[in-house]
Amino acid sequence: MLFAAPDQPTLEDFGHDVWWIVLIKIVGVFVVLVLMTLFAIVFERKVVARMQQRSGPNRVGPRGSLQSLADGLKLAFKEDIMPALADKPVYFLAPVISAVPAFLAFSVIPLGPTVSIFGERTPLQLTDAPIGVLVVLACSAMGVYGIVLAGWASGSTYPLLGGLRSAAQMVSYEIAMGLSIVAVFLYAGTMSTSEIVAAQADGPQLSFFGLEFTGPGWFSILLPVSFVIYAIAVVGETNRAPFDLPEAESELVGGFHTEYTSLKFALFFLAEYINMVTVSALAATLFLGGWRAPWPLSIWDGANSGWWPLLWFVLKVVAALFVFIWLRGTLPRLRYDQFMRFGWKVLVPTALVWILAVATMRTVSRETDLSTGQVAVFVGVPIALLVLLGLSLASRASNRDTRLMAAEAAAGEVHAVDPDPDPEVLPPAGPRRRPAQRTGPARAEGGFPVPPMDLTVPPSPRLRRADRVAEPVGAGRPEGGVVSTGRRAAGSTAGSTATSAQEDTDG
Amino acid sequence: MLSTYVPIVGLFALAAAFALFSVAVAPFVGPRRYNRAKLEAYECGIEPVDQPLHGGRFPVKYYLTAMLFIVFDIEIVFLYPWAVANDALGVFGLVEMVVFIGTVFLAYAYVWRRGGLEWD
Repeated sequence: MLFAAPDQPTLEDFGHDVWWIVLIKIVGVFVVLVLMTLFAIVFERKVVARMQQRSGPNRVGPRGSLQSLADGLKLAFKEDIMPALADKPVYFLAPVISAVPAFLAFSVIPLGPTVSIFGERTPLQLTDAPIGVLVVLACSAMGVYGIVLAGWASGSTYPLLGGLRSAAQMVSYEIAMGLSIVAVFLYAGTMSTSEIVAAQADGPQLSFFGLEFTGPGWFSILLPVSFVIYAIAVVGETNRAPFDLPEAESELVGGFHTEYTSLKFALFFLAEYINMVTVSALAATLFLGGWRAPWPLSIWDGANSGWWPLLWFVLKVVAALFVFIWLRGTLPRLRYDQFMRFGWKVLVPTALVWILAVATMRTVSRETDLSTGQVAVFVGVPIALLVLLGLSLASRASNRDTRLMAAEAAAGEVHAVDPDPDPEVLPPAGPRRRPAQRTGPARAEGGFPVPPMDLTVPPSPRLRRADRVAEPVGAGRPEGGVVSTGRRAAGSTAGSTATSAQEDTDG
Repeated sequence: MLSTYVPIVGLFALAAAFALFSVAVAPFVGPRRYNRAKLEAYECGIEPVDQPLHGGRFPVKYYLTAMLFIVFDIEIVFLYPWAVANDALGVFGLVEMVVFIGTVFLAYAYVWRRGGLEWD
């Protein structure tokens, strides 16, 4: 780095710490993650409550801030149930497999510059490696094992479905996430997290009508498409609303952790929130300048040294967490096919084309002597137009059936609602129209059971009594003739006894 | 240098100890009140229809998704080193990558066309 400040750690600074500094950092990361989880749960509940015009948890601790701690302790004293059909060792290990990688992923996140802890100069980061970001990706991929094994080992239907959905969802969105950060490596020229933060220190020198100034260095501004794809992909990756299909309560009860109780359930919960914190921290590191102070604050010289950057970093992470919660409070859950289509047909191709566009622009601006702005105009705009054209063609192709049907409906040839009315599916009302060969409930084309449409409501006993009064006495006494069970039997006998009683009084 | 990975091993040990301790201690801390219903699979009170561990089936779509994931994940693995070394590789690297991504894109278009990306 050209302008690397003395506080800016480089890769050479890692791996030389004294053992007790390493120990302090390890325990520090662990404690920070657990505290962030406790904070994130209360924060989420409070924010969602405010969005729904309620006050949220407010009993435990000041303004309910200790609610998640109380819930966690309560979970420890709940009964630990293992279903009889569960695969015991895997059921036992799945929460561990889920929680441990969640902790590990945070190990390469830079929290601040070089600081002194008890007189030792050390970077405020557990460790870093030339392949830093890969550690995060590897750990998030390992977390899938915990979820899919938990779903399988429970020996129950809902967890299996939830686990499979979760696995498919996480691997699909991991592709988009992995592609979205390629452009960051392209700009930074490294995969080490600390050096990516350093690369965002100074933006490109821009001249605007002869006015020289330093542009923004954040990759979220330089690479907006990457940032948007990353933001969408990590919501799917962490199974958060509106992509929380593995835990869709209305369909799957609780998803993969339906059969889990007590501290095992708590570990899954912990892993989920730690993952959320980790991807927020990674977003801050890769796209939002890491621990570096945002623009108005960065004018102050001391903003990027000492312990202050820890505050900026935490604020950025909390802002990212807020976006997560905001999404949950705002958007309804997607359908699974919509979700997978969006991931594979929109995010992946957009990310691939964007990578090629960025690489082309960089190479062209390096080989020729054009400035980045000129290249953006001459190369970027045509490429953007091409991408838009391709996307619109693709969306037209995927909506072809709908469009054709809409055109036919507009021409007045068929009804758009039901292009092929099938009398078998919805038989007209009437007691004798039901086909004789059908025994069970009628099934629609999609295979869903449809309640019998020709169901006639039995006359109420009171009406029957009125009829019987009108009839001549003794014309049809029901006692021997009606064979029925259950509720209707009780009703009919009650009705008939009432009728006979009335007949007696009449007589 | 492998010494940079030592702290990760340390954190792994701490996290694994914490998680294993939680899982192991849970049966002893909580109450134990036996009830046969608690041991059954959760199925809203009706008999479970299909047991995942004993011959239950699930849609082949999940398998296909996993296969596609492997294809694209390997593509990403090749993209990372190129992205890091892009400035050194220059025009040659860019052309190589366009050819590579184009090849994978052909496979992607084929999968799309054959309905491999449709979920029902």
